[in-house]
Amino acid sequence: MLRINNVEVVYNKSILAIRGVSLEVPDGKIVALLGSNGAGKSTTLKAISGLLKQEGGAITEGTIEFEKEQIHGMDPDKIVEKGIFQCIEGRRVFTHLTVEENLLTGAYTRKDRKNIPDDIERVYHYFPKLKMLRKKLSGLLSGGEQQMLAIGRGIMARPKILLLDEPSLGIAPLLVKEIFENIKQINTEEGTSILVVEQNANIALSIADYAYVLENGRIVMQGSVDKLLSDESVKAAYLGFDKKEKGDIREVKSYKKIKRFV
Amino acid sequence: MGFLLQMIITGVVVGSIYALVALGFVLIYRASGALNLANGEFVLIGSYICLTLVAVYQIPFIFAFLLTLVFNVLLGMIVERVVLRPLINAPTISVIMATIGLSSLLAGFAHMIWGYQTQSYPPVFPSTPIRMGEIIISPVYLWSFIIVIIMLILFGLLFKYSKLGLAMRAVADDQMAASSVGISVKNVYLITWGFASLVAAVGGVLLGNINGVDATMATIGLTVLPVVILGGLDSILGAIVAGFLVGIIQNLTAGYLEPILGGGLKEVIPFIIVTLILMIKPHGLFGKGGIERV
Ligand SMILES: Nc1ncnc2c1ncn2[C@@H]1O[C@H](COP(=O)(O)OP(=O)(O)O)[C@@H](O)[C@H]1O
Ligand SMILES: [Mg+2]
Repeated sequence: MLRINNVEVVYNKSILAIRGVSLEVPDGKIVALLGSNGAGKSTTLKAISGLLKQEGGAITEGTIEFEKEQIHGMDPDKIVEKGIFQCIEGRRVFTHLTVEENLLTGAYTRKDRKNIPDDIERVYHYFPKLKMLRKKLSGLLSGGEQQMLAIGRGIMARPKILLLDEPSLGIAPLLVKEIFENIKQINTEEGTSILVVEQNANIALSIADYAYVLENGRIVMQGSVDKLLSDESVKAAYLGFDKKEKGDIREVKSYKKIKRFV
Repeated sequence: MGFLLQMIITGVVVGSIYALVALGFVLIYRASGALNLANGEFVLIGSYICLTLVAVYQIPFIFAFLLTLVFNVLLGMIVERVVLRPLINAPTISVIMATIGLSSLLAGFAHMIWGYQTQSYPPVFPSTPIRMGEIIISPVYLWSFIIVIIMLILFGLLFKYSKLGLAMRAVADDQMAASSVGISVKNVYLITWGFASLVAAVGGVLLGNINGVDATMATIGLTVLPVVILGGLDSILGAIVAGFLVGIIQNLTAGYLEPILGGGLKEVIPFIIVTLILMIKPHGLFGKGGIERV
């Protein structure tokens, strides 16, 4: 169980990015964190994975607890060893490394080195396309293939929880559907808990058990996916909200409406 | 003909040492974007340490050599930890300024301890020249060449196939992504500096055996600069090829042009070549401007 309690993050000692964010990812569940551009989704994930420091960000308040242990303040490599793996936004595969070498980097912190070849096969089981591309430089892959590789790199770490930052970003709609099915499959077959960040609420809710909505650095709504989906005002406000432009007036209005609703 | 070959062979040997020292320089650049302008001082100090161990403490060369390597690895790591680590998120220019300061500091120490006189290694390698047809090679050249080639091959294997090599390549490629998979970027920096200092020491010891040691040896740090720029700054293969090229061209210049045009040209020629080549190929011979999808 991952539990974030009342977390506040400030960048460069001046920019307040998120405030009072609390959320939970129970073992084996898929939790979605939704919100528009700049809401603070990536910041929340980086606070968990410890990558914040490298970007000049700091947790100024609150706690982050994983399996009853405080992980706040640990270095990212230690957090990966604890079983939390973040697939960062924009895929960020190592473009000058081959597909298989990229997968090997995912296993970097693993102590059981002899199981690594089997795990590479497991990645190919989820993403058969990658097997054909294994010797190819990752920089030459399509966006969708790179996203598969980025998630595959995550599988190689054998994490207890995967943090996925906008896996749909810049990927053809048909492939997006496929990738989300893969994510669901990984969750079921590996038992990996998943915290998925998305602007595309529709696709994220199609696989999630529970969801939070983040706006301007605060959680403005949360609930089980069944409940959220059955609520007309939520549907009106959020499903498809990713099509609207940032700063759109309707978005601001809906934000107020939701706040009252909560 | 014999003279030409002789010049080329000398050039290849000196060039191989450039290649090795340039490798350390390029690895640091690839990992952190820092230009290590104290590289020449690593070479100089390595050379002096080994010389002292051999000449003053009478330690057999092979052990002195290994001790020197250990010393230089520690030196490189301490420098990273004390000078570079605090600048980890600082602008590149601050890092470069810090390495310039460091180079003066290390040079100062070296002069304080060892003075300015040229000192020679006691003969380590056999002195009877080896004859190959028309060409005569002194064993120190041959041995230097063999040692460098072994180092380069070992490095190549490590870089391509080991877990550490993978981490070094990952960090060079994308630091944030490397952190996200659990690679400690700090440790990779530390090891990279240790390694750069180690290959510098090898270069220093070999050059010392060839020419003796004095303060001017540190200018190899400057000679290596056009080498790595020529190679493309971030290309390991480029640094190695350019190392050989510059070594050969320098020696041909010394053999054929200097008698006509006067001394000193040898030191300038690498910079002239770099300027010319960069006019045609702005990314250097092997520089990559990022992978483009075809
Ligand atoms: N490295 C950074 N330095 C300064 N401000 C940042 C940095 N990263 C993000 N921010 C700010 O924090 C807020 C949240 O950003 P982010 O977490 O990236 O949002 P999201 O992932 O939801 O699009 C934004 O206002 C953004 O400008
Ligand atoms: Mg984001």
